[in-house]
Amino acid sequence: MGLSSRKAIYIPFPQAVPSAYTLDMENCLGNNPIACGKCQDVCEQDAIDYDDQDELIVREVGAVVVAIGLDVYDPTEMDEYGYTRFENVITSMEFERLICAGGPTDGHFVRPSDVTRPKRIGFIQCVGSRNPAIGRPYCSNICCMNTIKDTLLLADHYPDTGNVVSYQDIRAFGKSFEDMFQRSKEMGVRYVRGLPGDIEEDPETGNLIITVENTTSGKLERHELDMVVLSVGVIPPKDLKKISGLLTLSKTSDGFFMESHPKLKPVDAPTKGVYFAGFCESPKDIKESVCQSGAAASKVGALLNAGEIHIEAITSVIDPDLCTECGICAGLCPYSAIVWEKGQKAEVIEAACAGCGCCGAACKFGAITMRHFTDDQLVAQVQAVLEHEPDEKVFVFACNWCSYAGGDMAGISRLEYPASNRVIRTMCSARVSEEMVLEAFRAGAPVVLVSGCHYADCHYINANRQTVVRVQRLWNKLEKAGVRPERLQLEWISAAEGQKFAKVMKEMEVLRATVTPEEIAHAREALKPKPKKEKVKKEAKAESVTS
Amino acid sequence: MVANASNGDELRIGVFVCDCGLNIAGAVDTADVTEYAKTLQDVVCAVQNKYTCADPGQNEIKDAIKLHNLNRVVVASCTPRQHEPTFRQCVHEAGLNPYLMEMANLREHCSWVHPNDWDGATSKAKDLVASAVARARFLQSQEEMAVPVTQRALVIGGGIAGIEAALQLAEQGHKVTLVEKTATIGGIMAQLDKTYPTMDCSI
Repeated sequence: MGLSSRKAIYIPFPQAVPSAYTLDMENCLGNNPIACGKCQDVCEQDAIDYDDQDELIVREVGAVVVAIGLDVYDPTEMDEYGYTRFENVITSMEFERLICAGGPTDGHFVRPSDVTRPKRIGFIQCVGSRNPAIGRPYCSNICCMNTIKDTLLLADHYPDTGNVVSYQDIRAFGKSFEDMFQRSKEMGVRYVRGLPGDIEEDPETGNLIITVENTTSGKLERHELDMVVLSVGVIPPKDLKKISGLLTLSKTSDGFFMESHPKLKPVDAPTKGVYFAGFCESPKDIKESVCQSGAAASKVGALLNAGEIHIEAITSVIDPDLCTECGICAGLCPYSAIVWEKGQKAEVIEAACAGCGCCGAACKFGAITMRHFTDDQLVAQVQAVLEHEPDEKVFVFACNWCSYAGGDMAGISRLEYPASNRVIRTMCSARVSEEMVLEAFRAGAPVVLVSGCHYADCHYINANRQTVVRVQRLWNKLEKAGVRPERLQLEWISAAEGQKFAKVMKEMEVLRATVTPEEIAHAREALKPKPKKEKVKKEAKAESVTS
Repeated sequence: MVANASNGDELRIGVFVCDCGLNIAGAVDTADVTEYAKTLQDVVCAVQNKYTCADPGQNEIKDAIKLHNLNRVVVASCTPRQHEPTFRQCVHEAGLNPYLMEMANLREHCSWVHPNDWDGATSKAKDLVASAVARARFLQSQEEMAVPVTQRALVIGGGIAGIEAALQLAEQGHKVTLVEKTATIGGIMAQLDKTYPTMDCSI
């Protein structure tokens, strides 16, 4: 934190586990004898190896607990509080180090500018929390209680300190929290409801001046303080994106991991066999983290004890009689689950197939059946939905993991949108074949929406790239047939984006209202399958499979 | 071979429309939807339930499967992302393959998002049921493949949450690998002096 200096070889803190020295490789001069190499000379155990390299360890596991924690908010951007300009403005994390017996000052609480003990300390709450202006609208959960704890620590160590806490609301909802809050007030800590607009510094003394509107009394208060502690919020860890990509996880609008269900499956990730523990799922304190860890461990235990899991029977099957040995499916499979060599029939390795259906949508010869999401089933749904008054409906294909779940989220959040849309579910947007979309237009749909996971967040690695390829091809087809291409829409909606789902549905309804009966009639005719001479055979073949 | 629309055998579909208390019935005319379901191809019975997922509702499904010799079931209630396992288990207990059950999402995708459009929501609900019935006509029995679970867990992150999870798993007798990117475990908690509400040391 820059509060003191340390050597390039150090034990991170006295009680560190493992209790071993570590090299700070950025600052170590290495074993060049001219430069340094001293620690290697004195280490009797020969434990120091400057050339030690990172090593890749491969472990096969049956379950994963994601407990990657949090990052602490850096208040530099909130320049009004002068964190980088005023020495005596510190963060709550720096406070912890300054008051800790194992810290840089051996627990003597001093202010940085002149190393004297501050007697008037201000705490400013919600720095980086509940502040939509900086894109952090959520409550960080722990800062109120942390500050209350800090005031009690100060009162205990230095009873003569006068503390002021400037806050929006004190959230002391946990067991024995309110009691701590009352104790802090009894000890003389002043709680002022209101946040200062800025902090000023007296350059002579290094003291800090805050002016706060006390919204309880309606009066303006001015406080001169020796030190100000910014009670900083917490933010999603920067590694979240990386882990998210590795395990195909999603995040909620606040940036933390999204759980399977906000009430009923709070520790389950949407990906089977993955569970959350601690802060990375949402801001929580130590006790709650420990509780969630127990829940995650118990879920993992149940999974491992079961010994085996059943894979949903949604896998693709290739009919060797219809396979023309083209190999397109094998090239598209994100899991390399289709084995094919030139001159041979393609074959599916069932255990490797994840069931996106990308191959099924790509096979022109009807040789691939996606179990439980067959062409027959999906086309039957298209036709059933559009049987009556199709011109009043927006037809939507939504992927199970993101867009359909986004629709569920809109429902859970009670977000209203027009009732014109009709959603059918596929596991992945890549399951939607060109034929299915054309079938919807032939059945009289004014607007068709294909929706899936955000581009980089596909739950089937990158199957939704094929969605884009197909939609682009369809746009060309529509244009050639004289059908307005914008009648086919493509949207990425994540499971957390209920609001986006509702917004898109409103936009689709606006678009639908612009489509004329003549346009619908034209598309019905223009998109009819045209049996060309050389195509007759293929069409007939496809017909025999789908009908 | 199970009957389905492609092989011409007799299909017998039962439709169960859930009120979900007033969650669905408050915005959708579920009685009308139930009557409409009876008119759909191969539907031999349609039943309106107060809560289909509750025991009485599930028992109605099981009884109807036996009484009407149903070979497909459509449950028009909430999102399959919530109760598909429930109703798959239900039809399975009545002797049907779990994959012969299909759901129509009348709650999250309909009643909850169209609370002020009784006619629009009801007409949408009918279409969702028609869509599910049309799909059910082509459903096939499926067998799930069993895959062994590797007997080891990975815990990513050595803060308080990761340490606790790893210890508890180890106590249960499981092999655990804990990975931590920094030189020591303890995470943010180890950087704190005292912790609330007990004011004891973090380490």
